[in-house]
Amino acid sequence: MRRRTNLAWLLVLPVVLVVAFTAVIPLMTVVNYSVQDIFDPSSRLFVGFDWYRAALRDPRLHDALARQLLFTGLVIGIELPLGIAIARFLPRDGRAASAWLVLLAVPLLVPWNVVGTMWQIFARPDIGLAGWLVNAAGFDYNYTADPVDAWITLLLLDVWHWTPLVVLLTYAGLKAIPPAFYQAAAIDGASGMQVFRHVELPHLTGVLTIAVLLRIMDSLMIYTEPFVLTGGGPGNTTTFLSQYLTQMAVGQFDLGPAAAFSVLYFLVILAICWVFYTGVTARAARDERADGPEGDA
Amino acid sequence: MKRSRFATVALAAWAVYLMLPVYWLIGMALRTNEDILSQRSVIPESPTLANFVKVFTDPVWYEAFGNSLSYVVVNTVISVLVALPAAYAFSRYRFTGDKHLFFWLLTNRMSPPAVFLLPVFQLYSAVGLFDTPLAVALAHCLFTVPLAVWILEGFMSGVPREIDELARLDGHRFGYFFMRIFFPLIRSGVGVTVFFCFMFSWVELLLARTLTASAAKPIVVAMTRTVSASGLDWGVLAAVGVMTILPGLAVVWFVRGYLVKGFALGRV
Repeated sequence: MRRRTNLAWLLVLPVVLVVAFTAVIPLMTVVNYSVQDIFDPSSRLFVGFDWYRAALRDPRLHDALARQLLFTGLVIGIELPLGIAIARFLPRDGRAASAWLVLLAVPLLVPWNVVGTMWQIFARPDIGLAGWLVNAAGFDYNYTADPVDAWITLLLLDVWHWTPLVVLLTYAGLKAIPPAFYQAAAIDGASGMQVFRHVELPHLTGVLTIAVLLRIMDSLMIYTEPFVLTGGGPGNTTTFLSQYLTQMAVGQFDLGPAAAFSVLYFLVILAICWVFYTGVTARAARDERADGPEGDA
Repeated sequence: MKRSRFATVALAAWAVYLMLPVYWLIGMALRTNEDILSQRSVIPESPTLANFVKVFTDPVWYEAFGNSLSYVVVNTVISVLVALPAAYAFSRYRFTGDKHLFFWLLTNRMSPPAVFLLPVFQLYSAVGLFDTPLAVALAHCLFTVPLAVWILEGFMSGVPREIDELARLDGHRFGYFFMRIFFPLIRSGVGVTVFFCFMFSWVELLLARTLTASAAKPIVVAMTRTVSASGLDWGVLAAVGVMTILPGLAVVWFVRGYLVKGFALGRV
């Protein structure tokens, strides 16, 4: 049983102070901007929810949101099954296993703009290996001119960048399954698919929930890679929410509308986060009860 | 589990997919610009280190590299130092609002940096930190501190609470207990935390770009600005790209033994 004492607040105080400075003050400032029309620091006008209404009616925002949801859906639909499959194929011990771990970590460690640069260099029709090969194979491929090519390149980039995270999470979950489960399944003559469905999947729900949650959150805030690779183009076809917001805030310096958009963006992500968090904690509580009296609250 | 031929082929294909863009980047870094634009060869025919020499001798590049390293290190130190006591509190005590506070911390890991773009510039200018590595280090605490608390809490909760009790009964002071008994038990957790704080701070561009001008310009920003300013020098750009992968590789090499344990907790 965890001891109940409010003195523990002293231990979390440093974190609260740091996060107050880095998150709360900026967030309050955004909320403040979002209800004002700001001409310059000295002349402001309170406009209530006007900017919110404008943001909700902005067709370019609707388009960016639709593209964002399509992108997030595709990315999860590809990366999750692929990541699970690769994790199941990986060797579980030995030198090969640690070599694979380092190899898988590489895409995660590359700065996001370098990921963009790397794929740019790799996919450009004039200097890139992939660009040459695809064009040599008879396809007319140019991701800076054709929206479909841009989307394919961006998806390949994201699969390259983030599937390793799904693999690492799944792999760690698989390693935690006691060998006895596999032995029992082998005695029962279970097929590979049955082993996955009835032995592995139940043990993986925890890590897979985290994997899905992380991929949803991070793909919803994707900015740097498309910014470097396609610049949101051709046209606006790869402009997602963060990039549209940045254009508004920095490019056009529309403080009020950009702030209203920021608040809405934040609230949507908060809502998704809350649903998942309550789901995960409810499951954890159930598991702890299932562990018997040893488990604690 | 029996490993089929299909598994071997699939893994080989996956490894090629992961490594091919990296190989191409390294290949570009070893070629001159004329070579890049004129020659279509898979293997660099006359490899040269000229691009790397340029990176190491041009202050724009190596100073930017130093700026990046300094804010990443400062960020990692701050994150781990403030997260250690907080994670201990969440793992060992119940207190008013603990669950809400924990959730609130996590929401910061989930919030898009673009949302904070507008105010951070004014905030850090107002306190006189704009264009210093400390500003970027603090701004990155937005996501690294919640992450550090989340990972460390997982590792600390894996240490039986009886150990705290026994140490108290043995008459050890709390400071002694924490540093000498408890800390060694969660060392792998600290390793994993350092890895993730380092990684997420190192790879971020948007906040780093907003909070710096010239004095503290990080390497990731130097790269994007060079692209727009002076035409494209693909070879140098590739060489810098290769250089930015190295610090991460060094860190992952040191914590590779702990990584799986960290991922097993599902706390990333």
